[in-house]
Amino acid sequence: MIRMLRAIGRWGLSRLRAAGRAGLFLFGLLPALAYPFWRIRLLLKQVYNTGTLSLPIILTAGLFVGMVLGLQGYNVLVDYNSEEAVGTMTALSLLRELGPVVTALLFVGRAGSALTAEIGLMRSTEQLSALEMMAVDPVRFIFAPRFVAVVLVVPLLALIFTALGILGGYLVAVGWLGVDDGAFWSQMTAHVDWQDDVVNGVIKSVVFAVWVAVVALFQGEEAPPTSEGVSYATTRTVVQGSLGVLALDFVLTALMFN
Amino acid sequence: MQPHIEIEHLTFRRGERIIFDDLSLIIPRGQVTAVMGPSGTGKTTLLKLIAGQLRPESGRVLVDGEDVHRLSRRALFELRRRMGMLFQSGALLTDLNVFDNVAFPLREHTRLSEAAIERIVLMKLQAVGLRGARHLMPSELSGGMARRVALARAIALDPAMVLYDEPFVGQDPITMGVLLKLIEKLNHSLGLTSVVVSHDVEEVLSIAHQVYVLSEGRVVAQGNVEAVRNSDDPYVRQFLGGLPDGPVPFHYPAPPFREELGL
Ligand SMILES: Nc1ncnc2c1ncn2[C@@H]1O[C@H](COP(=O)(O)OP(=O)(O)O)[C@@H](O)[C@H]1O
Ligand SMILES: [Mg+2]
Repeated sequence: MIRMLRAIGRWGLSRLRAAGRAGLFLFGLLPALAYPFWRIRLLLKQVYNTGTLSLPIILTAGLFVGMVLGLQGYNVLVDYNSEEAVGTMTALSLLRELGPVVTALLFVGRAGSALTAEIGLMRSTEQLSALEMMAVDPVRFIFAPRFVAVVLVVPLLALIFTALGILGGYLVAVGWLGVDDGAFWSQMTAHVDWQDDVVNGVIKSVVFAVWVAVVALFQGEEAPPTSEGVSYATTRTVVQGSLGVLALDFVLTALMFN
Repeated sequence: MQPHIEIEHLTFRRGERIIFDDLSLIIPRGQVTAVMGPSGTGKTTLLKLIAGQLRPESGRVLVDGEDVHRLSRRALFELRRRMGMLFQSGALLTDLNVFDNVAFPLREHTRLSEAAIERIVLMKLQAVGLRGARHLMPSELSGGMARRVALARAIALDPAMVLYDEPFVGQDPITMGVLLKLIEKLNHSLGLTSVVVSHDVEEVLSIAHQVYVLSEGRVVAQGNVEAVRNSDDPYVRQFLGGLPDGPVPFHYPAPPFREELGL
C-alpha cells in the first residue's frame, strides 16, 4: 500500500518535473519567435513541410465529416420540417467544434509526430550540437521556425477543413437529399455569427496549435538519442497532443459558449 | 610552444558519476595533440567542455587565454567560429546537399557573395577530395565520405583549431589512411591546432606530436609518442597493447565461479 502510494507520488513528481521543463522550454523559445520572420525562407520551408504534409488528409477528412453532418442533420431536422436548417447546423458544428478539434487531432498524428521524429533524429545524429558548434543557435534556427509554422498553419487548415465540410454538407443535403439551395445558404448566413462562431473557432485553433507545437518539439528535444527513444517520443506526442487538445477544447468551450 | 587550450583542475559529473576529477592538460598551438582513452571515459564530454557546450562543476578551460565558461553567449559564439569540430557521426544537416552543408557556416556568418562562397566551398571540397560529390545528399554518402564533408565544413571558416571526435571509428583501412593524411595535411599546411580524441592507438600515435592517456577521469600518461609508448604504468601498457586482462579486468565483478557452480 505504502509502496504503491510512493510509486504514485514518484510518478506524479516526475510528471511535474517534465511539465516544468516543458514550461522552461516554451519560455526559452519566446524570445526567438520573431527570428523566423527575419529569415522568411526558413519559415516558409516549415510552413510548406507541415502544411503540405497535412493538406490531403485535411481535405479528405473535411469533406467526409461534412457529408456525415449533412446526412445526420437532415435525418433529425426533417422530422421537424426544418431541413433547410441543415446548412446552419453543419456550419456551426464545424466552425465551433469539429473544424478546430478534428484538424488539430489529424495534425498531431500527421505532422506533430513527424516533427518529434525529426528533432529526435537531429539530436541523436548530433546535428543540433553541430549547429551550436557552428555558432548557430538551434532554438532560433530549428525550433522557432517550426513553432511559428505550426501556429500559422493549424488555424488555416482548420478553416480549410471547415470550408470543405460545408461543401460536403451542401453536396449531401442539396445535391442528394433535395434541400432547397437558396434556403440552405440564407439560413446559414443568417445564423452564423462572426464573433461567436468564426473568431472563437479560430482562437481555439490557435490554442490547440500552440499546445501541439510545444508537445511535438519538446518530446523531440527530450527523446533519448536512440531509435527506441525516438519512437517512444513520437508515440507520446500523439497521445499527449490528442488528449491535450480534447481537454483544452472542453475548457475553451466552457469559457466561450457559456 | 605557447598553449592554445589550457584545462585547469577540471571536475565534471554526470549525476553521481564523476567523469573528470581535477583534470589538467595543455594543448599546444599548431600541433596534433591526441587524447586517448577507452569508450566511456569522457572524450566526447571533454571536447564539449572545451567548446563550452557543457559546464564544468569546477575548474576552468582557457582557449586563447579566455575562460570559455565565463564568456557571454555572444562571445562564446564568436569563439566557436574560430573552432572547427568534427563529430563522430559527421552530423551533416540531412536536408542540405554536400555543397550547401559546407556553405552553411559561410552563409550564416559572412556576407560573401554567392560567387565567393562557391569558390571557397569548392576549394574546401577539393582539399578533402570530394569536389565531384557536391550534389549528393548526406544519405547518399558512405561513412567515410560523410566525415570528409564534415571536415570540409569544419574548416569552411578557416578556424585556428579543429577538434576531432573519434575520426577513425568504424572506417575501413583505406578511409582511415585518407583521414589520417587529411588531418596531417591540414595541420601542416594551415598550421591548425588539432585535438584528436580516439581509442585507435596506432593510427593516432602515427600523427600525434603530443599524447594524453585518460583513465577514470585522470591523466595517466602524457608526453610525446616515445614517452607514452615507454610508459611503465600498467594501465597504459594494457591500453596501448590492447591486452585483454590487466588493471582493467576481463571479468565484470562476480562471485568466484566455483562457488556459483556449487562446487
Ligand atoms: N547526455 C548524457 N547524459 C548522461 N550521461 C551521459 C551523457 N552523455 C554521456 N554520458 C556518460 O558520460 C560518460 C562519458 O561519455 P563520453 O564523453 O561520450 O565518452 P567517450 O566519448 O569517451 O566514449 C559515459 O559513461 C556516458 O554514459
Ligand atoms: Mg565519444
